[in-house]
Amino acid sequence: MKEEKFLMSMLVKNEAGVLTRVSGLFARRGFNIDSLSVGETLDPKISRITITATGDDYVKEQIRLQLEKLHDVIIVKNMDMKNTVMRELMLIKVNVPQGKRIEILEATTIFRAKVVDLTPDSLTLEVTGDTNKCNAFLEYMVPFGVVELCRTGLTAIGRGKDLLLGEQEANSEE
Amino acid sequence: MRITGAEIVMKVLLENGVDTIFGYPGGTVLHIYDEIYKYSDKIRHVTTSHEQGASHAADGYARATGKTGVVFATSGPGATNLVTGIATAYLDSTPLVAITGNVATPFIGRDSFQEVDICGVTMPVTKHNFMVKDVNKLADTLREAFVIARAGRPGPVLVDIPKDIQIATAEYEMCSTQPSKKGHNNGVKAFETALEIIRQSRKPFIYAGGGVVSSDASKELELFAEMIDAPIGTSMMGISGVSYDNKRYLGMTGMHGKFCSTKAMAESDLIIAVGTRFSDRATGNKVKFVDGKKVLHIDIDPAEIGKNIPVYVALVGDVKEVLQKLIDKLPDMERPEWEKTVEEIKNCPDSHLEMDKSRLNPQSIIETVNKLVPSDTVIATDVGQHQMWVAQYYKFRKPRTLLTSGGLGTMGFGMGAAIGAALGTGKRSVLFTSDGCFHMNMNELATIANNNIPVLIVVMNNNALGMVRQWQTIFFGKRYSNTSLNRNTNYVKLADAFDIKAKRITEMGELEDAVKEALKENRPYLLEAVISPDERVLPMIPPNGTIKDIILK
Repeated sequence: MKEEKFLMSMLVKNEAGVLTRVSGLFARRGFNIDSLSVGETLDPKISRITITATGDDYVKEQIRLQLEKLHDVIIVKNMDMKNTVMRELMLIKVNVPQGKRIEILEATTIFRAKVVDLTPDSLTLEVTGDTNKCNAFLEYMVPFGVVELCRTGLTAIGRGKDLLLGEQEANSEE
Repeated sequence: MRITGAEIVMKVLLENGVDTIFGYPGGTVLHIYDEIYKYSDKIRHVTTSHEQGASHAADGYARATGKTGVVFATSGPGATNLVTGIATAYLDSTPLVAITGNVATPFIGRDSFQEVDICGVTMPVTKHNFMVKDVNKLADTLREAFVIARAGRPGPVLVDIPKDIQIATAEYEMCSTQPSKKGHNNGVKAFETALEIIRQSRKPFIYAGGGVVSSDASKELELFAEMIDAPIGTSMMGISGVSYDNKRYLGMTGMHGKFCSTKAMAESDLIIAVGTRFSDRATGNKVKFVDGKKVLHIDIDPAEIGKNIPVYVALVGDVKEVLQKLIDKLPDMERPEWEKTVEEIKNCPDSHLEMDKSRLNPQSIIETVNKLVPSDTVIATDVGQHQMWVAQYYKFRKPRTLLTSGGLGTMGFGMGAAIGAALGTGKRSVLFTSDGCFHMNMNELATIANNNIPVLIVVMNNNALGMVRQWQTIFFGKRYSNTSLNRNTNYVKLADAFDIKAKRITEMGELEDAVKEALKENRPYLLEAVISPDERVLPMIPPNGTIKDIILK
């Protein structure tokens, strides 16, 4: 079966150890996490986790089913990547002496990135976008001398009426 | 009513109808044990020699009775000693609530004396676990633990209660909680497809697992088989789910399954898997296992569908309910041709392997006990050759009469399980074990003796770790690395030291009288039966093999 990147969103109870339960499940079933981001929702008792991973359809479905068995997991959804807004945030610190920054600032404008810190020796840039955009920006910056990099991992939300806690599909047995 | 956390524990146990608990006291459960003392007229506490024994006893109690097993241990080593028992229950889906003490909340995270993060340790082997940090949440957390242990696919839940939470007081109000029956929505289409492939099949085979036993679906399963005119095989966990006397029952399938059962399964065109998860020990080569067949999978756990075997259609739900729904919709069917084929397979000599009866042998030992105990006697086993022999030769007729560690394969499980079963049923239980397994948890002889628990312990002594040795014989050129034990343990003297009657036999001629003697009084007994280290478990399908690779001699 074909391996591909997939994206999973879930709502979990905001309790101690939930993240360990979720990430531990991936580890013990032998599935890798590519990125993970987590934060509180409107309801402080509930957190939302976004995970990207790589695998075939079997892995994708098994992970969802296994996650659903966790007591603290409220809902898990394999997101349709075509109908989902996905963003990550990246901070890049570049060591560039004064006077050599024009090109970088140009790229910053083109990528709609931001300068968030400036010292005589370094520039720190913030860029937000999907993974491809962040990668492209990073690739461009590497030759200038990237000294530090942080990425938040992807977070995602369905478009329009596509809600995580949407109406359950109506499909009765008899 | 304002009471302490420790007393709340007792109250919630009573809410859940718990009358027997297993455990071992210690520093961080002193307050709970003080309540156990005060509540001793309502709840019987059985102290074992070791927490592992207590966890297996609670597990065995649950398997034999269908109730939830409860085990207590103190923090640190007490808690970690439970882990094997919890994992055993997890792999075999037994409802178990483990309650551990922990150091007081201000001491947590400081590597205090006997502190261990037992929630972290047991995370992969529990359905869920809790650390209670607020006494006001204690009662509800414990109630939830009981609900989770039973809901859907059963399993173990651990509740860790720091010492200060046991001492603190909270308002308590009695309340009874029942697991909400979460209905599964299979959709009309899946159901129709299932009915359709059953109708279309020329050679259906019912493959029943432990889910049939745990959902008490034996009656439905036998009726279902009758209606669709299909033979039944079981996984090891499914044994006792179908009576041996049912003429459709072919026995256990898989690596050491009966030839006729594995063969009929291989010949079938539709496998109807009921409450089973297609363990590698049951399937062998997973690709060839389903080659040219359709699979209808009925299981309560949606995550089992397609996990090990691709299925044609699945019905998720309690197997008892799903079977009943199918029974309601299906007409009576007849498949005389398939019946004839199955009959032929059943009657072929390979389906009736016999051991060498000229010497004292496992088959005769098992059959003799089988003949002399009532059919509702609970049989516990340890793990290895003797376990397979029991699975092959003992004729189980009542559900919940075989307690065996199927998933985890825990040597030492049987002693605790037999204790739990005898206490749960109020009747004698039998433990078939081996010299290797016996040594793992023989400390529980003390528990059996002290409480005068009627357990007949049959030690099949081959002076070896038989199963591993068998693999060394077949796959490792008879290089018997560390499997020839030759321990010279004097079992009779050992039992005597615990004040348990015992006898050693070495000849066929002694067997029947010895078993009769062992069963004479309703009290513990140890029977050591010396067998050859060269007895093998046959048939055997090598790992990842198929019926074509079966070893019969």
